[in-house]
Order: sequence, then structure tokens, then C-alpha cells
Amino acid sequence: MKKTVLVGALAVAGLSAGVAGAATLDDVKARGKLNCGANTGLVGFAAPNANGEWEGFDVAFCRAVAAAVLGDPTAVEFIPTTGKTRFTALASGEVDLLARNTTWTFTRDIDLKFEFVGVNYYDGQGFMVPKELGVSSAKELDGATVCIQTGTTTELNLADFFRANNISYEPVPVETDNEAQQQYLAGACDAYTTDASGLAAVRATFEAPGDHILLPEIISKEPLGPLVRHGDNDWGDIVRWTLNALISAEELGITSANIDELSSGTDNPEINRILGTEGSLGEMLGLDAEWAKRAIKAGGNYGELFEKNVGETTPIGLARGLNAQWTNGGLLYSPPFR
Amino acid sequence: MSTMTDPPKESFKLGMLIYDTRYRSITIQIVALIGFLILAGWLINNTINNLAVLGKPIDFTFLRDPAGYDINQRLIDYNSQSSHWRATVVGLLNTLLVAVLGCITATVVGVIVGVLRLSNNWLVSRLMTVYVEMFRNVPVLLWIVFTMAILIETLPAPRDFRGEDPEASMLLFDSVALTNRGVYVPEPLFSRGLGDLPILPDTDSPACAIPEDGGPVSDSCGMFQISLDFLLIAAVFLAGLYASSKIRQRADRIQNETGDRPTTWYLRLGVVLIPTLAVLAALGFHLGMPELKGFNFQGGIYLRNSLIALWLSLSLYTAAFIAEIVRAGILAISKGQTEAAAALGLWPNRIMSLVILPQALRVIIPPLISQYLNLTKNSSLAIAVGYMDLTGTLMGITLNQTGRELETVLMGMLVYLSISLAISAGMNLYNQRVKLVER
Repeated sequence: MKKTVLVGALAVAGLSAGVAGAATLDDVKARGKLNCGANTGLVGFAAPNANGEWEGFDVAFCRAVAAAVLGDPTAVEFIPTTGKTRFTALASGEVDLLARNTTWTFTRDIDLKFEFVGVNYYDGQGFMVPKELGVSSAKELDGATVCIQTGTTTELNLADFFRANNISYEPVPVETDNEAQQQYLAGACDAYTTDASGLAAVRATFEAPGDHILLPEIISKEPLGPLVRHGDNDWGDIVRWTLNALISAEELGITSANIDELSSGTDNPEINRILGTEGSLGEMLGLDAEWAKRAIKAGGNYGELFEKNVGETTPIGLARGLNAQWTNGGLLYSPPFR
Repeated sequence: MSTMTDPPKESFKLGMLIYDTRYRSITIQIVALIGFLILAGWLINNTINNLAVLGKPIDFTFLRDPAGYDINQRLIDYNSQSSHWRATVVGLLNTLLVAVLGCITATVVGVIVGVLRLSNNWLVSRLMTVYVEMFRNVPVLLWIVFTMAILIETLPAPRDFRGEDPEASMLLFDSVALTNRGVYVPEPLFSRGLGDLPILPDTDSPACAIPEDGGPVSDSCGMFQISLDFLLIAAVFLAGLYASSKIRQRADRIQNETGDRPTTWYLRLGVVLIPTLAVLAALGFHLGMPELKGFNFQGGIYLRNSLIALWLSLSLYTAAFIAEIVRAGILAISKGQTEAAAALGLWPNRIMSLVILPQALRVIIPPLISQYLNLTKNSSLAIAVGYMDLTGTLMGITLNQTGRELETVLMGMLVYLSISLAISAGMNLYNQRVKLVER
């Protein structure tokens, strides 16, 4: 008995000791692998494919970071996390980086002691209902049973939305997208609510996607982004500027096809700085000169990643919308590489 | 005559703590204890320091903040503006609900299966063996998920009850609806009810002000409310049971004195039923039927799928273990007891209930306690089916929204510890009563 108490206490102390350890970059390099917290399975964002390899928009970002830091986009250990377990996994040091459709909010940033490095997808919470229900607006959902992933901001938005509109609902909490699909398709819930991108991804996996509609209301702002632990700013900088490199690359026209050609030198100094042929940006980050080149080469620039994983040519079929470059009327705007 | 001499007085030396066998074991224990305490203190100190460095010192004030999320099954009044503390209590009550329901069902099923496993009927005993082995050897989480999947996939959705020629219909004169969201059964209603009694009312809060029309105070007054109707009925019913037990004692006495047992069953039934029915009639008792309105059935008592799945699978799983305990208890009673009772002319079922089971209980109770504890602790798997128990609210959503891992998990552990100790204490008391009195 004493022994179990001892082991448990040791585990607690070990956990906190792990949290206190700072230099994530050194840990990752020593390990030779990046531990990346991913979704348990959301097609288009993070899900293992038929060969068991992880694929998706968030996955591609983890691979870009691994390529920048370790030089190998496959040196990533994907750790599936649920909405509930993800923050504990990051806070305890089980993962170095969490890229799991996570909404950037004040309390998560400040109170939970995390650092959001940016936004890789501007999203909002929507509702999906079967067409035969005959509902055309979320405000008609009075008394409906709504499936919702527990431990997410959507849970709070849902409570606020129904409260503000003075209508009632019955929440059915589920742990993962798969459970939600099972309940929703069997009619155990009238509606399923989560980020609109997630709804589109889920609907794409249905046998008859046309039988389900997304209601027009978007009831919240959900800026989704990768996040790291508070307190290790060097590591946060690496992840943040990897994301910025991918976004800038699209803006500047650097693609996985022309990157080798461009890295022999161009007339545009910003491209040269990103690709490491001019200046010493990589050195300042504690990496080598070609870090960003490798990150972009891993899967392509932001636009390429978007099109390949969730874009209009994929079954998920998301339009760029808010996620277009600022030059095209979207919100993507990377700070300059200077 | 003998003279007593004082033994030579030994002076205590420090070295004796190690070299004298009388003191050595105590010395070692004290040293080990000090070492253990130092280690534990260091670990706790280290944890607190590291959390402070991280900017997350241990702090329970988050419990007062509004929770912000909704809970579907709530036994006390709760909405998304209630505090995290109240959400915790809602979760705790849900845990207790499923634990109590589960323990009762598991005991009933377990005792029946355990007895039937020893039946002389080949088919019955084999069937029970299959049941026990099936449930005992598959993890309970799988049973919970499996039961939930069956409920969701096989039962009709509420919309199937709609229309001229519905695919599904309600059972028992339109009073019970089985849907894949749960079971709706009629609820007891009182047209001349007595209202509710707020427990632990906070008299300063506006919720507790008595409305001008003299009606009942609002639902949100006090920690929770108890229905006075329910209290009255329970009191009358218990009084009836007490009177009934007095009648039985009198019948026992007459039987002991004269050998004839007076017929008392109608009296005993009467003192329980008639006052209870009279009170029900006085309160204007009627049943509220569930009705399909909008998206769901409304009215009636709504037993959610998650509760049913958790309750069924936990009790069937635990019942398999209890059956084995009961069987072991019965087999522990010497066969001579059965034969002696048979020789006195008792029927087999009376041999079981009057001779074997009372003696078997003292073997059965101690392992039964740990089964109850197991069931209660296993109920924390509730989140697998979205049942909002303590693990789902305090250690689930509250943890997630506030980021207070250590605090919430410590509180959760403390609560489960208290529940388990309470169950143990209660069962140990019962064990004291049924224990064979040694003379």
C-alpha cells in the first residue's frame, strides 16, 4: 500500500518536474522525434489513412515543424487526443505541440497557460441536421437533442446561444467525432454541432451527404490554431514562424514545385530570406538556414496544404472563405520576414 | 517461604536502540516512517513549487465561477449560469444514482443467478454458467459501449412515432415510449400537492423571496428541494411497514406459545397499502403521460440511454461476480445442514431461505462489499456513453474549461474515497449483525 502511494506521488512529482523543464527544442532534438497532439480522427484535418499514415491539414503542419526542426517530415509521433485530454497532454509535456482544431480563447491562452502561435484556420460553430427534419434555422431547434463534443468551446457557445435565444435543448455529450456520427446517424440526436469545417468533414464521410444540411447560423468565432506550452518562448517562436513561413510562401508564390528553383537565388529579398539564401533568420531561431525551405517542401505552402486536405477538390469541399490570403479578401496575413 | 529480590536495575543506553531486540524493531519502524514522511513532504513541496513557478498555484476559487455548460441529467436545479461547485454536485448525484441503482440490481440478479447455478436442472445451471463466464471475462467498458450501441441502433428514433401510420408505437396503453434516446415512462403528479421544501436555503438570495401571490418559492432557492408530497408518502409507507412488522412479531409470539400461526397476510398488506393509497388519493395523484411534442417526447420521466446503458451493463457485470460469491457462500455450508433440514420436512426453497442463506451470508457479505465498491468506482467509465457523472462534470468539463487539473482530480479522488468508505462502513455494520454469534 505504501508503495503504491509512493509510486503515485513520484508520478505527480515527475509530471510537475517535466512541466518545469524548459528547452523543448533540445528535448525534441535529443529524441529525434516531434510529439504532436492530433485529433483522434477527423478526416481532412487529422486521421490515419488506409495505410495507417496520418494525413490532414493539422497533420501537415506538424510535419512542416518536424521538417524545420529535425529535417525529416516523417519524424513525428502523432498522439491522438480527445477534446478532453488534449490540454492535459500538452501541459504535462506528453506532446511538444498541439495541432488539433483548437480554438484560441482568452482563458486558454492566459488561465490554462498555453501559447497560441497563430491561426491556421478561421472557423465558426455551425449545426448539421438531417434534411427530413425540415429545419432551416438554428432558432427553430427549440427542444431538440443536440450532440456535442465534450470539453470544447462549442459546449459553452451552445449553452450561450440557446440561452440568448431563450429556447431549450437537450445536450448529448460525446467524446469523439465518431461517437457523435454514430448517435447522429441513428437519430439519437436531432442535430450535431461543432466547428463548421468539422461538420463538413464529417458530412463528407456519410453514405448520403446530400441528406444532411448545414444550418446558415454560425454562432461563434472559432480561430483554430496550433499551440504550445507557456514559458518556452524559443520553442513558441519556432512553431509560430513555421506557420508564418507557410502562409508567406503562398503569398510570395513559393510552392513545393518551384522551391528548388527559387532557392538558387531570386530578385525578391524576402523570398531569399525565407529560403535562407540571404540573411541569417534561421540562426536567430536556433536552427539552420534552410529550416523554412524544408518546412515548405514537406507538403507545400499553406494554399497547397489547404487544397490537398480540405479544399474544394476533396470530398470535404471547403471554400477558402476567410482563410484566403489578405490579398484575396481573406484574413491570412503573415508578419514580414525581415 | 521465599524471598523476592529486585532484579538489577538496567540503565538505558542509546546503543540499546540498535542492539537490544526489544527496541530494535521500533527503532527501524520510526526511522522508516521519518524517511517516508520526508520523501512525501519533498514530493508535495516540489509539486506545489513547480505549480507556483508555472503560475498555477493550488486554488479552489474557480468553484464559485459560473460553469457555462449545460448538463442533461440533473437531479437538482442547474443551468449554465450555475457555479462549477453546483455542477460538481449535479455530477456527484448522478454518480450516486447509478451506483445505488446498480448495486440493488446487481445484488438481486447476482443472488438469483448464484442460487440457480447450483440448480439440479442441467439446462438452468449451464445457462447461468454461460452468463457468468460471459460477463466476468469481458471488460466492463466494452459491455457499456456495447449496450449503448444496441440501444441506439435497435430502438426507433422519436420521429418514427410521428405521422398517420408510424413505424413505431408506444407500449402499455400509450404510456411507455422506448426510443433510441431513452425510455419515457409516466411520472407521478399531484393535483393538490404540498409544494417543495428548500434544503439549505440562502435567505439573502433573491431566489428565496416568497412571491407576492403566495406561491411556492423559485426552484433555484436552496441547495436543492425535496418534494413534501414524497416525504409524506414515504413517512406513511414506512409507518405501515413498521405496523406490519409489529403484527408479524405478534404472530411469531402466538406461534411460539400455541404452535398455531394466525393468518395475518391481509392485515399486514392492509396496514401498508390502505394509508398510503389514502394519502395518494388525498394529494390528487395522477400519472403524467409522455407525449410526442416537437423534436422529443415531453412529460413523463425520461430515463436517458446513457443511464440505462451504464446501469444495465454495470449491474449485469457486477452480478456475475456476486453470483460466484453467493455460490461460494452456499457451497461453504456443509451438506449436513441441507440434509438435516430436509429430514425435518422442509421444502427445498424453504431450506434455502431459512437454513442455508442465513448461514451463507457471513461468507458472502465481506467479498460483497468489495463488489459494491468496484461497481461504484466503475461508474466513472460513464463518459464512454456521455453520462454526466462526477468524472464527466468535475473531472471532465470543469477541468477542461478551468485548467485546474490537480485541484479537480484531488477533489474527485476525495469524493470517491468518501463514497467508498461510507459503503464499507455501512456494509461492515450489516456484517456485524449477520455474523454468527459465537458462544
